[in-house]
Amino acid sequence: MYRYDEFDHGFVAQRVSQFRDQVARRLTGEISEDAFKPLRLMNGVYLQLHAYMLRVAIPYGTLNSRQMRKLAHIARTYDRGYGHFTTRQNIQYNWPALSDMPAILEELAEVEMHAIQTSGNCIRNVTADHFAGAAADEVADPRPYAEILRQWSSVHPEFSFLPRKFKIAVTASERDRAAIQVHDIGLQLKKDGEGGLGFAVWIAGGQGRTPILAKKIKDFLPEEDLLSYTTAIMRVYNLHGRRDNKYKARIKILVHETGVEQLTSEIDAEWAHLKDGELKLPAADIAAINAYFAPRELDARAEGWKELAAWKKSDPGFATWVGRNVAPHRHPDYGMVTISLKPIGGIPGDASADQMDAVAKLALEFGHDEIRVTHEQNLVLPHVALADLEPLYRALLAEGLATANAGLITDIIACPGLDYCALANARSIPVAQEISNRFGDPARQAEIGDLKIKISGCINACGHHHVGHIGILGVEKKGAELYQISLGGSGDENASIGQITGPGFEPDQVTDAIETIVETYLSQRTDADETFIACYRRIGADPFKAALYGSESQAA
Amino acid sequence: MKTAPFKTKVLTANRLSDGISVWLGAHGEWVVSIKDAFLARHEDAVTAIETAGKQALADNRVVDVNVIDVEETSAGPRPFRLRERIRAEGPSIDYAPVATARVSQAA
Ligand code: HEM
Ligand code: SF4
Repeated sequence: MYRYDEFDHGFVAQRVSQFRDQVARRLTGEISEDAFKPLRLMNGVYLQLHAYMLRVAIPYGTLNSRQMRKLAHIARTYDRGYGHFTTRQNIQYNWPALSDMPAILEELAEVEMHAIQTSGNCIRNVTADHFAGAAADEVADPRPYAEILRQWSSVHPEFSFLPRKFKIAVTASERDRAAIQVHDIGLQLKKDGEGGLGFAVWIAGGQGRTPILAKKIKDFLPEEDLLSYTTAIMRVYNLHGRRDNKYKARIKILVHETGVEQLTSEIDAEWAHLKDGELKLPAADIAAINAYFAPRELDARAEGWKELAAWKKSDPGFATWVGRNVAPHRHPDYGMVTISLKPIGGIPGDASADQMDAVAKLALEFGHDEIRVTHEQNLVLPHVALADLEPLYRALLAEGLATANAGLITDIIACPGLDYCALANARSIPVAQEISNRFGDPARQAEIGDLKIKISGCINACGHHHVGHIGILGVEKKGAELYQISLGGSGDENASIGQITGPGFEPDQVTDAIETIVETYLSQRTDADETFIACYRRIGADPFKAALYGSESQAA
Repeated sequence: MKTAPFKTKVLTANRLSDGISVWLGAHGEWVVSIKDAFLARHEDAVTAIETAGKQALADNRVVDVNVIDVEETSAGPRPFRLRERIRAEGPSIDYAPVATARVSQAA
């Protein structure tokens, strides 16, 4: 993975000392809250309902065991012993004191981490496929390009005060595991006819109060043009993006209002000036960054095949876990292991300091020292020999980290909601917990099969509800919580925005409504191979609405 | 014109140093439990807590200062809004299953 050079170390250290000074001046009252707020936000510090919140960037969701141990240490020392992994592959701490922030950032800097650009109207943490560098189906590792974008966008003077926040995601396979179509820029690394690398470029996707899917504006952008073309997009957005209205300031609204043809022609005109200038990436630079991500040398471990078969036979729990949480690696003797942060009835994405330490230790022991955070709020060990799966499973089991539910109905995404978030209208976590408990039986989950439930506590959609197969949105109605349910959303290569079923549900009715939806699916599917989303796309919303509201229902 | 019946009010904020939710107490101090909050039962009292809030903000002791409506119950003041109840009672979930909670020393 990428290692900081002297410049990076110096830069992050300088930011920490600047912020230390700013915090000190704030605490003595030398600077007012109005002056301080933008400064703290630039360093990832929010104020939530109960305390400050610190959002730490995990670039493209990749970290090593040393970094994970540091995250655990911070949770234990400065927080209340846990952290929340988010849909943007970051971690949030819910209880740090402002007076401790400089110390926390200094500790993070020791392991090459920071909280810069995790807030504000700038280019945020660049996200990537969590299986990058390990997946059998990728054309190349997308992370070097995410890293190039990260370096280029870090405190980029021209793009530090954009009309609104800006999110870029990168993937490198046809199966989109990075939700690129709901990002401001989505990049799909691919090869042209001659084997050269480049990108399909999508722009102007987003969730929030106006969910819009991205439009593909380039089928193949050669890799050397990555920064010049991205700069052209950013310039056109920076110039025309609406600064008069926060709700219309994202690039998705600009493209929606102006039209993609006109915007693309402006982007191309801007690009014409930039294309052959200093932003053109020299092959040597691309190679230098790629070298940090050189594929792991993985020893042949063919003995794993036979052992795996025997272990599976003797332990059905292990067999289920392998079936759900282990995906094929490009090396046939290895697997990519999803560590579920969705224990039945638990809090999606939360991990205790002890669990983080355990994952760090296991990554060292069995995972070539690599850990990923997924946008589905789980962790991944991307390179585990099949021969090591059984001991790994035992160790995870002991830590409560072996829930065999990746991709199932209890693998729920949920934002912090009204239990923490100052912007929330309703709670998300208890809704997730109740659904998880209702469907917790492994046999029932297995029968239902792949099904993604995503929950947000307000229209900002941090919990991705628009792209949930079943999406749940908390709203406030007459001072009480109410939940709107939407169906048919998807954040993969066949992306779609879910449609609201009708009137909302009170908190104690939500799980029953989900059960009604699930039962409708089970009764309507052609066979067990027809997934929920496939079935929904075939039969449409009506049977679900009829089941939820009765046949005379009127959709709201 | 119909005037709505007066609702008891309390002043709430987050402490500057650690962000912890606090309420203005009867002696002008900031308390960590809403049970100890000063109850403003008439307009003059509301004006007084608003003034105290502005002063505390200016003195850099607290941030995000708000006057909120509460119901007086036998168990103490209970905010009408769920958001404020959650601020008063903490997350509604068993959020830290691992008992390594650290009590903040900041004041
Ligand atoms: C301090 C708590 C948070 C605040 C104040 C916050 C604020 C926001 C706002 C205002 C938006 C809407 C942006 C727009 O539509 O222009 C948004 C979107 C989003 N946030 Fe959060 N958020 C918070 C926590 C989180 C968490 C915990 C996650 C991950 C679980 C997250 C991930 C996202 C994502 C994925 C989106 C939608 C993508 C987009 O269109 O930007 N946020 N957030
Ligand atoms: S969706 Fe709303 S409630 Fe949930 S974290 Fe985002 S801003 Fe908060």
